[in-house]
Amino acid sequence: MQTTLTVNGTRHQLDLDPRVTLLDALRDHLCLTGSKKGCDHGQCGACTVIADGRRINACLTLAVMHDGAELVTVEGLADGESLSPLQQAFLDHDGMQCGYCTPGQLCSATAMLEEVRAGRASHVTGELEGEMRLTREEITERMSGNLCRCACYSGIVAAIEEAATK
Amino acid sequence: MRPFDYHRPDTAEAALNDASDGTAFIGGGTNLLDLMKLEVMTPDRLVDVNHLGLNRIEETDDGIEIGATVRNSDLADDARIRRRWPVLSRALLAGASPQLRNTATTAGNLLQRTRCPYFQDIDAACNKRDPGSGCAAVGGELRNHAVLGTSEHCIALHPSDMAVAMRALDAEVVIRGSGGSTRTTGLPDFYRLPGETPHIETTLEPGELITAIRLPAPPGDRQAYRKVRERASYAFALVSTAAVLRMENGKIASAALAFGGVGTQPWRDAEVDTLLRDERPSNALFDKAGEVLMRNAELREGLEFKKPLAQRVLKAVLTEVTR
Repeated sequence: MQTTLTVNGTRHQLDLDPRVTLLDALRDHLCLTGSKKGCDHGQCGACTVIADGRRINACLTLAVMHDGAELVTVEGLADGESLSPLQQAFLDHDGMQCGYCTPGQLCSATAMLEEVRAGRASHVTGELEGEMRLTREEITERMSGNLCRCACYSGIVAAIEEAATK
Repeated sequence: MRPFDYHRPDTAEAALNDASDGTAFIGGGTNLLDLMKLEVMTPDRLVDVNHLGLNRIEETDDGIEIGATVRNSDLADDARIRRRWPVLSRALLAGASPQLRNTATTAGNLLQRTRCPYFQDIDAACNKRDPGSGCAAVGGELRNHAVLGTSEHCIALHPSDMAVAMRALDAEVVIRGSGGSTRTTGLPDFYRLPGETPHIETTLEPGELITAIRLPAPPGDRQAYRKVRERASYAFALVSTAAVLRMENGKIASAALAFGGVGTQPWRDAEVDTLLRDERPSNALFDKAGEVLMRNAELREGLEFKKPLAQRVLKAVLTEVTR
């Protein structure tokens, strides 16, 4: 099935079996292997990408359902050799060990910071309306869809805390 | 995944025309695709309902109508829902992960399947997945299974948080049939108890499509959703309670309580609501409500904890909303 995906600003025309997940389209058809396959069941978040501005699990959606979509993967976060503030903060705070979950963490956190700016509440937010404050508790709740089996959570949270101020 | 055809119609009528035996409608797909990978569900056609214009939230006379494909995150974030139906925002935000909420739809959430591990294991007996094959859960290892509304054929839990809040809010499901007919049904008539046919979970007929969910004006301004789970976030409820109350002169003028983590469907018990009405809040009253709620609980081995836990959560929520 003919499907057009714009990934990190580049338009791609693909002919896909409808069974191909968005994650497999990125990895196996476009050779963008930054997005990782962890559980393949939406439980670990390693496959998180940003589709039309929203973070999603690329493993639990079909590529054909994203015909015409604008996608950002970890490969699209940096500006050439210049890392995004969040990427730099992950390095500065040791927000990884093996690095397998890191692309998903980065995409998730990038979109999460936008959600906070847009005033979206979380489960731990006291008042549903008004300005959101990004406390540590808020960060851990909002990032609960991304697991890190090396348990680098303290570094990840510290990195996000720092990037949020930039 | 088994092979399937994929259709992407742009009107509800075309979607219904595209549907035949073996068709599944796909909204977000977060549950359906997961189950297709496991071959628990094997539709031979997927009809994508994301382009039917069913993604709007619109005010009605005194209530609100939520399109079937409104994303869980957008529904939780809607300013009108936050203000007048905050229990729904709270229930949504307590469910799944941000990534899943960005994908999962309102109608899909109502229709999500149980997370009973025997249902998800195609080598296990399961009357819900394979009618007549038996139930490996009865006599199996139990943790997140139902204690209310069960039958000897199925004790699978309904896993939704959102639907629990909607049950307390008297939500109605708007359903379109082929030929353009439309019907509306409340959640009590939408969900079926498992009985002898646990594979038939709702009264939605083949060839019918949910187009919207309607909420009437909120039956109370004191609203809360409390969920207890095995970790702080991103886990299904062991027990949850949605409460929507109205107080007058220090008494409970009306009470609508619904429960997750306990029933084969999002649970509501009219006797609990009635017991609370016109009473002054007290610990003794809340304890009594907990006794009434759990009077018919089937506490199979491994599920004994659900009774005291549900009662304590009920008491905590009632204490909070009557304060």
